[in-house]
Amino acid sequence: MRVLSLGSYRVVEIVTMPENRVYITRQVGNEAIALLKQKYKVEIWDSEEPIPKETLLTAVGGISALFCTVSDIIDAGILEAAGPQLKVVATMSAGWDNVDVAECRRRGIEVCKTPDIAADAAADIAVALILMTSRNIVQGIDAIRQNLFHCWKPFWLCGSGLINKTIGILGFGRVGFGIARRIKPFGVERILYNDLEEIEYAENCAQYVSLDTLFSSSDILCICCGVNSLTKGMVNSKLLQRMKRTSILINTSRGVVVNHDDLAEALSDGTIAAAGLDVTDPEPLPVGHPLLTQPKCVILPHMGTNTAETRVAMSVNTAKNILAVLN
Amino acid sequence: MSNRRPKVYVTRRVPPDGLEILRPHCEITQWDSEKPVPRAELIRQIAGKDALFCLLTDKIDGEVLNAAGPQLKCIGTMSVGYDHIDMTECRERNIPVGFTPDVLTNATAELTVGLLLATSRRLIEASQSVREGGWGTWDPCWMLGHGLDGSTVGVVGLGRIGMAVARRLAPFGVKRFLYSGHSPKNEANEIGAEFVDFDDLLSNSDFVLGCCALTKENQGLFDKDAFSKMKSNAIFVNTSRGGLVNQTDLYQALVNHQIAAAGLDVTSPEPLPTDSPLLTLKNCVILPHIGSATEMARGAMSALTGRNILSFLRGEEMPCRIK
Repeated sequence: MRVLSLGSYRVVEIVTMPENRVYITRQVGNEAIALLKQKYKVEIWDSEEPIPKETLLTAVGGISALFCTVSDIIDAGILEAAGPQLKVVATMSAGWDNVDVAECRRRGIEVCKTPDIAADAAADIAVALILMTSRNIVQGIDAIRQNLFHCWKPFWLCGSGLINKTIGILGFGRVGFGIARRIKPFGVERILYNDLEEIEYAENCAQYVSLDTLFSSSDILCICCGVNSLTKGMVNSKLLQRMKRTSILINTSRGVVVNHDDLAEALSDGTIAAAGLDVTDPEPLPVGHPLLTQPKCVILPHMGTNTAETRVAMSVNTAKNILAVLN
Repeated sequence: MSNRRPKVYVTRRVPPDGLEILRPHCEITQWDSEKPVPRAELIRQIAGKDALFCLLTDKIDGEVLNAAGPQLKCIGTMSVGYDHIDMTECRERNIPVGFTPDVLTNATAELTVGLLLATSRRLIEASQSVREGGWGTWDPCWMLGHGLDGSTVGVVGLGRIGMAVARRLAPFGVKRFLYSGHSPKNEANEIGAEFVDFDDLLSNSDFVLGCCALTKENQGLFDKDAFSKMKSNAIFVNTSRGGLVNQTDLYQALVNHQIAAAGLDVTSPEPLPTDSPLLTLKNCVILPHIGSATEMARGAMSALTGRNILSFLRGEEMPCRIK
């Protein structure tokens, strides 16, 4: 509504602005949805299953903002179907490899993600995987189930533990840093890392080394890098063979960074001792995939951020990202 | 020590570290099996021995001490818990008992944190669903657990292991550490832990950790009453001794959602019978008592037990004697 002064007359001009439409690709929680409903017209794919691509193509026509999750691939086709009034794609995830960020930028569309909130929860999961693999926790549970626990025995199910071990971190971002902070009080001997370059905030907790040194010196190696052309398929048989036979590989970044066939082989022939994965490619792994039946591989179904508090925070943050762009 | 070499009975196949300490000076008889020595055999073999090297699976009571005879000088248990030993009987007979604190603290604290994370983030349930084909595409609301960030952690018994666990949990964003026990501890200041009474700890904690030794007084400490005082989102973790917990009451508390989940490295008995109701619960994670299960810790436990026994036999102080 606008008020104009024309001489002694006041004219009130009612201008109807087209309402901003937001499309949310999943049931993401009431708080976030309410925040957006206050200001915009909100439509939601109200299902436990991800939205099928064809449905999404139809649904996005004319929207100003797209609120999506890690299971939605937002490519040029979706952006085209949305139309030129699309201003922002906000993904409720730490990374944005599910979004064609370059294409968005070409079209003047902002892309937002939620790296900080997810980092703490993801670092928790990484340490959980480190402990589960280095202390044979899954084997312990299975042993009870299979009636193999008869009594306390000095040599049974002994794990390698963390005391005096060398922890290696590939990619010293928020999650890598979070892992380093958490692992310190466990009595590790040293923390090494490799990244594109030395990182200032790593100074007091981890030592920069070459990629080869990282792989050959680590007892426990954590993959924490983002996905790009350099890192896709980076952890392959060549790098795995540089690792100690007693070492453990942990991946909480994205499945595509690790060559799954090479990993399966490395576990099978004893090139490395064990692996803990919170992410795979694809997710879920197809039934019958060799990693699923490999006893030395603990696989979690992408639990990185699985607490109610974290998910609420991520969804609220995503809503706030959208609010910030559209206002 | 008389001219003849002292006789030591070892109740199991143990890491060689302790035997290597004893062997040059003692005559060792050993139940060289990975399974516990049957009681009848223990009673037969302990007769006439000067020292006993035992494990937590060996019940050392008046009957065993009688069978040993008056020449039994000392006992070394390869454990930090000693609820399997009748300390009253030992004190009456002037038999000192050595144990293995400190050398297993790191391993046990490490396992406690692993168990806490696996339980609170539902990782066992999740990894099982992966193996059983229950893994769908990423869903914001599926399999949600409880985080440590901003939480209150209550440590029941802030001893060596309790402190080691708390130190490891601190960087996960724990907001408050509470602890209960007989008296406040100076070490608590290191992590800013507050001394509170047991009931206050239960009603305020998001994570309740059983880290105290098992005594006659605290058998069944975690019972219906205790669980009823805990928060409905609480995660209960016990890595001390199974006897601290009333398992029937725990089952009810879990089934009725009085607490969110439990992680147990210890039970009574060990193992649980195959039809134990706790084994049927998705929100009860049970490990087969692997708290100190690293080669380093077990080797050190064996060595310390050997040193405890040898020192006393030589007329010296035991490095680690139960008071």
